Amino acid sequence: MSIRTISAAAITDAVEQLCIQANTRLPADVKAALDAAEASEPWPLAKETLGLLQKNLCVAADRELPICQDTGMACIFVELGRDAHIDGDLQAAIDEGVRRGYEKGYLRKSITADPLKRVNTGDNTPAFVTLHLVEGDGCRITIAPKGAGSENMSRLAMLKPADGVQGVKDFVLDTVRQAGANPCPPIVLGIGIGGSFDKCAMLAKEALLRPLDQPNADPYYAALETELKDAINAMGIGPQGFGGRTTCLGVAICQMPTHVACLPVAVNMSCHVTRRASVVL
Amino acid sequence: MTVQYRLQTPLSPADLAPLKAGDTVLLSGVVYTARDAAHGRMMQLLDEGKPLPFDLKGAAVYYVGPTPERPGCAIGAAGPTTSGRMDAYTPRLLDLGLACMIGKGKRSQAVKDSVVKNGAVYLAAIGGAGALMAGSIESCEIIAWPDLGCEAVRRLVVRDMPLTVLLDAHGGDLYQSGPAAYLAAQAAKA
Repeated sequence: MSIRTISAAAITDAVEQLCIQANTRLPADVKAALDAAEASEPWPLAKETLGLLQKNLCVAADRELPICQDTGMACIFVELGRDAHIDGDLQAAIDEGVRRGYEKGYLRKSITADPLKRVNTGDNTPAFVTLHLVEGDGCRITIAPKGAGSENMSRLAMLKPADGVQGVKDFVLDTVRQAGANPCPPIVLGIGIGGSFDKCAMLAKEALLRPLDQPNADPYYAALETELKDAINAMGIGPQGFGGRTTCLGVAICQMPTHVACLPVAVNMSCHVTRRASVVL
Repeated sequence: MTVQYRLQTPLSPADLAPLKAGDTVLLSGVVYTARDAAHGRMMQLLDEGKPLPFDLKGAAVYYVGPTPERPGCAIGAAGPTTSGRMDAYTPRLLDLGLACMIGKGKRSQAVKDSVVKNGAVYLAAIGGAGALMAGSIESCEIIAWPDLGCEAVRRLVVRDMPLTVLLDAHGGDLYQSGPAAYLAAQAAKA
């Protein structure tokens, strides 16, 4: 088995491009979900508000502006082939790409060096990197810039196994109800179920990477995704919380094994500007 | 029935009195930006009896941290941030004359009470529509604390900024009345 070398410089260049692409162009599946929601929205103010979100996408494209001013934390996911070798430091290569992308793309620098001392790092680094080892000799890099308005409305609970699926549904719906207008509805939900405290949060975050038109591979969870989305869209919160049907564009669940005594559930809230972009090196 | 108003800063209680939750506003004039860190520093100045970077009387504050402007542009993307993070500071500013807040998301009961008490108003900009909101901003100048980066206090001149009344001076709250009206209409259809 030969080992393929991937240059750190190529990773930096790719990340620079991805930062700009993700912040100025919405993924096709999210745009399609927004189109469908606007077409079927029965409430006039809600339909008008969804129209403004569409107009915003056009202005962003025409004027090369970020879709949202919160260009987010650079959450970066790397799927590295086990037969690939990177000729440098992965975190450093990604950070350099973020530094360049956020500067060249006129993106906002929103990272504070310390959570309590609160001094801006000035270049949106460090990136928050998650690494997975996979088959092959490639390297797939995904950026999902994440804004704080929705991130702050995210929650995690260590439920009891006896709470079961009803406990999970109640927790998710309660999280959406409490969030109300804050996460910029229509929202997208990434939900993690199972694992440990930390793995569950990661599942929720990675659920947001799945295209909205791609349901969970397990029909049981796919049905749960549909049920939760319908229940959220019956709440009446509506676009921006002004009232209406369109509160949620998509629900994605990721599940994994857990302890016999645990039922962790995490909700990572995202907004109508659910951004992601990928490249394979 | 919702009404559209045209307003010009500085704002008087008489300007704001007719506004009802759900009405729309086209706002023009000077608007100041301030968010978490700037509010913290303003509180410190008030505690020390020092003047603020701008006159609060009749002022409008926009909770926003814009992206850097491209050459030749007044500002980058400039949508609202979540207003609730400023709740702890807000009643004090309203008592000192702040007339209008622009942002998105729920406010505390203390803020709602203070809006009514002071005849102020809380307006929504479309959250996440940063590119669109930038279109009504004609100029932007940092007037305090450039070290705060995107959180520095800026003086914006806006023209016909499209906004929606969230909290009015009479206790109206669109986040309650809007969804309630939609749900009532759905129930009536069923």
